[in-house]
Amino acid sequence: MTVKILIVAEHDGAKLNQSTARCVSCARAVSGAEIAVAVCAADAAAVAAQAAQLAGVNRVLAVENAANAHALAAVLAPQVAALAQDYSLVLGPSTTFGKDLMARVAGLLEAPQVSDIMAIESPTRFRRPIYAGNALLTVERSGEGKVVGTVRTASFEPAAAGGAAVIEKAALSVTLPTHTRFVSVSAARNDRPDLQTAARVISGGRALGSAEGFKILYSLAAKLGAAVGASRAAVDAGYAPNEMQVGQTGKIIAPELYVAIGISGAIQHLTGIKDARTIVAINKDGEAPIFEVADIGLVGDLFQIVPEIERLI
Amino acid sequence: MKRILVGIKRVVDFNVRIRVKPDGSGVITDGVKMSINPFDEIALEEALRIKERGAAEEVIVATVGPAECQQQLRTALAMGADRALHVQADGVLEPLVVARALLKLIEREQPLLVILGKQAIDDDNGQTGQVLAALWNRPQATYASKIELSADTARVTREVDVGLETLEVDLPAVITTDLRLNEPRYVKLPDIMKAKKKPLDTLPLGTLGVEQRQQLKLVRFEPPPQRHKGIRVKDAAELVDALKKKGLL
Ligand SMILES: Cc1cc2nc3c(=O)[nH]c(=O)nc-3n(C[C@H](O)[C@H](O)[C@H](O)COP(=O)(O)OP(=O)(O)OC[C@H]3O[C@@H](n4cnc5c(N)ncnc54)[C@H](O)[C@@H]3O)c2cc1C
Ligand SMILES: Nc1ncnc2c1ncn2[C@@H]1O[C@H](COP(=O)(O)O)[C@@H](O)[C@H]1O
Repeated sequence: MTVKILIVAEHDGAKLNQSTARCVSCARAVSGAEIAVAVCAADAAAVAAQAAQLAGVNRVLAVENAANAHALAAVLAPQVAALAQDYSLVLGPSTTFGKDLMARVAGLLEAPQVSDIMAIESPTRFRRPIYAGNALLTVERSGEGKVVGTVRTASFEPAAAGGAAVIEKAALSVTLPTHTRFVSVSAARNDRPDLQTAARVISGGRALGSAEGFKILYSLAAKLGAAVGASRAAVDAGYAPNEMQVGQTGKIIAPELYVAIGISGAIQHLTGIKDARTIVAINKDGEAPIFEVADIGLVGDLFQIVPEIERLI
Repeated sequence: MKRILVGIKRVVDFNVRIRVKPDGSGVITDGVKMSINPFDEIALEEALRIKERGAAEEVIVATVGPAECQQQLRTALAMGADRALHVQADGVLEPLVVARALLKLIEREQPLLVILGKQAIDDDNGQTGQVLAALWNRPQATYASKIELSADTARVTREVDVGLETLEVDLPAVITTDLRLNEPRYVKLPDIMKAKKKPLDTLPLGTLGVEQRQQLKLVRFEPPPQRHKGIRVKDAAELVDALKKKGLL
């Protein structure tokens, strides 16, 4: 039996985000999956070509419209909903792009959405974390009909290259709203590895004490080729920008190495790092909950330890 | 009248250690502390500040759920909401049902702005605001960390993966809150007394003409796999050695 799955590509107009390749891996876990990737853009050619190369993708639907120059959920949703008519499963990544968009698509389709899919047991049965990852819930679509889902990207490896899908232009006749307008975006500096895809991540907490304090982390991270993350407390205090927050309400990541420095290990933080291969904790409080999940723990003052590590490597 | 409608969900308090029932039928909620979803407190705080600045005249809080939810509505009234609407319903409430119920309230109250949390910390769905905006056919601005209102538009700064994005939306619109939008005020004792006299209307879900459909069956709840406890090293040198041994450096 074939199961038609539509994946909404995340991209910046030029480059396909790796989250899309992870959605493809999720979709490929369904037996009989026939996978289409929708690229909504002002000019879709470059991104469509990248999507076509992902192993497992059967077709790429290029949806070109000047209104798609910026990814606005209110503008994209009616287009995705129109494309979705032929599909039983409609997936996007569990990034801010996908979470914002897919639930609006689900609303238009009046279909149920499964958020943060971490495992797909059948085309209608999914597992997902709830309560900040303190419980896992298996849900099943009851009755006929579509399912919309967001894919917890940390749960799936990106699909490899090597595909050669056909690229089709999709002409849609939907009226797009003008009630929502893009004004600006202030993107993070991109001279550092991306937090969501980096193999190594070094995160700092409240203990860093200031934006100045975070500099010792940037310095160590530069030496390790690591991305830098932060706890909510550090972001709230203004030591680090919001896009660095790791956790239930920040980014969920799965690096090879995660180093938590001066982070206590609140449950909301831990949910963001559960899938890290190796967790290292540096904290002056030997009783801190972070040590419960750390593969390697070091009790001590971070302001001494961090520069020392940098010297030793 | 310029109104703001705020969604309030009763959830297990964020400090509670969640335990799954041994039979896998749910999580243990008996005798557990319940609170307003933290993002909804932020939503209410923002609505109150907008009203205090004179940009709105009335703040209405609404919840969909069982009778106990009235406790959280009373807390919301004590924080400063003017009146509360309780849509009475028991059992599983999916975002589509909640959104349909909220849409019925919107039709009655004609708010200028609807503010919800970006996610409920129990189901972690993060859907209701977007579903509501879709059903209502109005703009959505999710993950707000700053809201600037003018007469017919709102300028909303959103916390997105790459940084901060600013959108302009026509009003009315749905906005969902992120953590750094504001810091909610504490409720003062005299306000709790005053809140008892504020209006709280109960409307059964059925009387709104909304059917309580459940499209996703809850098959099984499980505890997550535990990470095993690792080793301790005594200094930076040992740490570096341990990482090298694992092939991580
Ligand atoms: C709805 C909600 C959502 C949330 N979402 C998130 C989220 O997504 N991500 C997140 O991180 N949090 C989140 N939180 C917040 C979370 O509950 C914690 O408050 C937060 O993670 C604490 O950050 P911290 O560990 O940096 O600070 P603290 O808990 O204050 O810990 C600081 C640690 O530093 C150690 N320390 C101090 N000085 C030194 C030193 N010199 N050397 C070494 N160690 C030192 C201390 O021993 C302590 O363990 C959320 C909370 C709520 C209510
Ligand atoms: N039963 C409910 N009653 C009122 N508001 C709700 C309810 N469920 C969800 N909401 C609102 O929708 C937001 C997102 O919830 P969710 O989509 O469940 O993660 C919450 O923060 C609330 O503001």
